Amino acid sequence: MLKDITIGQYFPGESFVHKLDPRMKIVLTIAYVVMLFLTNNVYGFIISVGFLVLSYSISRISFKMILKSLKPIVPIILFTAILNLFFVNGDPLFKWWVISISAQGVKLAVFMSLRVIFLIAGTSLLTYTTSPIELTDGIELLLSPLKKVKFPVHELAMMMTIALRFIPTLIEETDKIMSAQKARGADLESGGIVQRAKALIPILIPLFISAFRRAEELALAMECRCYHGDEGRTRMKQLQYSWRDAFSFILISVLIITVILINMFIKTGSF
Amino acid sequence: MRGRANEAIGGIKLPAIIRTEGLTHVYSEGTPFRKVAVGNINLEIEQGGFVGVIGHTGSGKSTLIQHFNGLLKPTSGKIFVDGVDIWENKQDMRKVRFDVGLVFQYPEYQLFEETVYKDIAFGPKNMGLSEDEVDKRVHDAVRFVGVSQDLLEKSPFELSGGQKRRVAIAGVIAMEPKVLILDEPTAGLDPKGRDKILSQIKEYHEQQQNTVLLVSHSMEDVAKFASSVLVMNNAGIYAHDSIQNVFSRVDELEKMGLSAPQITKVFYKLKQKGFPVDSDVFSVKDAKNQLQKMLSRGDSGKC
Repeated sequence: MLKDITIGQYFPGESFVHKLDPRMKIVLTIAYVVMLFLTNNVYGFIISVGFLVLSYSISRISFKMILKSLKPIVPIILFTAILNLFFVNGDPLFKWWVISISAQGVKLAVFMSLRVIFLIAGTSLLTYTTSPIELTDGIELLLSPLKKVKFPVHELAMMMTIALRFIPTLIEETDKIMSAQKARGADLESGGIVQRAKALIPILIPLFISAFRRAEELALAMECRCYHGDEGRTRMKQLQYSWRDAFSFILISVLIITVILINMFIKTGSF
Repeated sequence: MRGRANEAIGGIKLPAIIRTEGLTHVYSEGTPFRKVAVGNINLEIEQGGFVGVIGHTGSGKSTLIQHFNGLLKPTSGKIFVDGVDIWENKQDMRKVRFDVGLVFQYPEYQLFEETVYKDIAFGPKNMGLSEDEVDKRVHDAVRFVGVSQDLLEKSPFELSGGQKRRVAIAGVIAMEPKVLILDEPTAGLDPKGRDKILSQIKEYHEQQQNTVLLVSHSMEDVAKFASSVLVMNNAGIYAHDSIQNVFSRVDELEKMGLSAPQITKVFYKLKQKGFPVDSDVFSVKDAKNQLQKMLSRGDSGKC
């Protein structure tokens, strides 16, 4: 049920992808997204897909997980597909009343949907193979130049770490409270909208109370361990780039350049 | 009490209020976190018993009890409450939940209403009872758990930890379930509070003649209050027997990371050392009787 939500779900592992530096993984993910959006050609697309399949295979993350990550965005995909299908002008394939579907529309609909699917699949790999702590560490370090302009990078990263850390806890808590209220006969599954909203009260109130209690406890625990922000704080795990990072960086650069070259020189199969 | 449990196990069958057939539950099927929480469980819980459920952390106790009122759906296997397969007709699931009341660990975290009265009335109201009946049940329930009537109009969030716990238990008792399951109802309470809550539950059990399942980490509590014990180990049932038969297997229990009540262990050791005592001692009261008997006979062996 609630446990099936995979946002930020991390699958521990020892693969090449897992061992990449989180900073590099973030950069690679962004580069992959850029590559997807640069592509306007079937061949370029094959390269992006190939890269995705390769990454998933060496990270040993099951391909089923892609489907799982796609589930919540199915409506968005359908919406873009339908918009493209009906509102792109071109040679009509099918015409009825005001509705017309063009060959270009079909092509674009398929292409846009695939693009969104691969986008989500690729970015999910980042969270599947990087623990939330590593991820925020990576973001903090990548953004650290912004400290020069007084941007509170550390505070933001800490907030993110804590938020991520508490997602599973709160989900678990919600599950527990839901079970407890169901055990008392709370009916969460039937009734109209108003009734359902009312049925949430017995869940939300205890949940809020426990979230505040946890926040207070955590603040106290952090202060007891003398947390006082970024200044003078050192890390137990220093991030270090390795040959893996260099290799992946070169690989993605080569792929992006190839995609650009394909766009420029191969005109067949473009969208 | 103890005699009755023996009867149920040794021949004369009392009707089973809860029965499972090959009950199995697997968490996170198809992911690297796959875990069998309970595997192939066949058990019968007799009507009117007070069953202690013990097992170390992660042995599947909490998962098992959440199957009894249909909160968890078994991956495979069946559960019968009062002879009816609870998953056969999903519409009746709420009725099952009123028949099998489940008090979770730290139940005070589920309180949400403005007043204690309204919170306890939540369950009975969901049952669709009349105002008068709800009112009667709320008052009965607070009496059973020993919460004073003047607290009824207070906010549950103003109460002390122990009082909150009682109110939360009252919220389930007010549904007057045929089976009352309590998951570590005394966790985090002081020794006096523990004993009081458990005695009240025992009293409630004796008055209502219903079935009670008590999940506990305290062997003393189980020995003192329960009539039979269900021992869980590694997602399965290790033993389901009378207090006597289970706690006399001190060595096996220790191997599982559990133990027998302290007083039983003392007498077990005494017996091993050659003192003429029974090792079937499960409470300090039993121990006192035994010692008095031994001393009055004057045959204290080596002493």
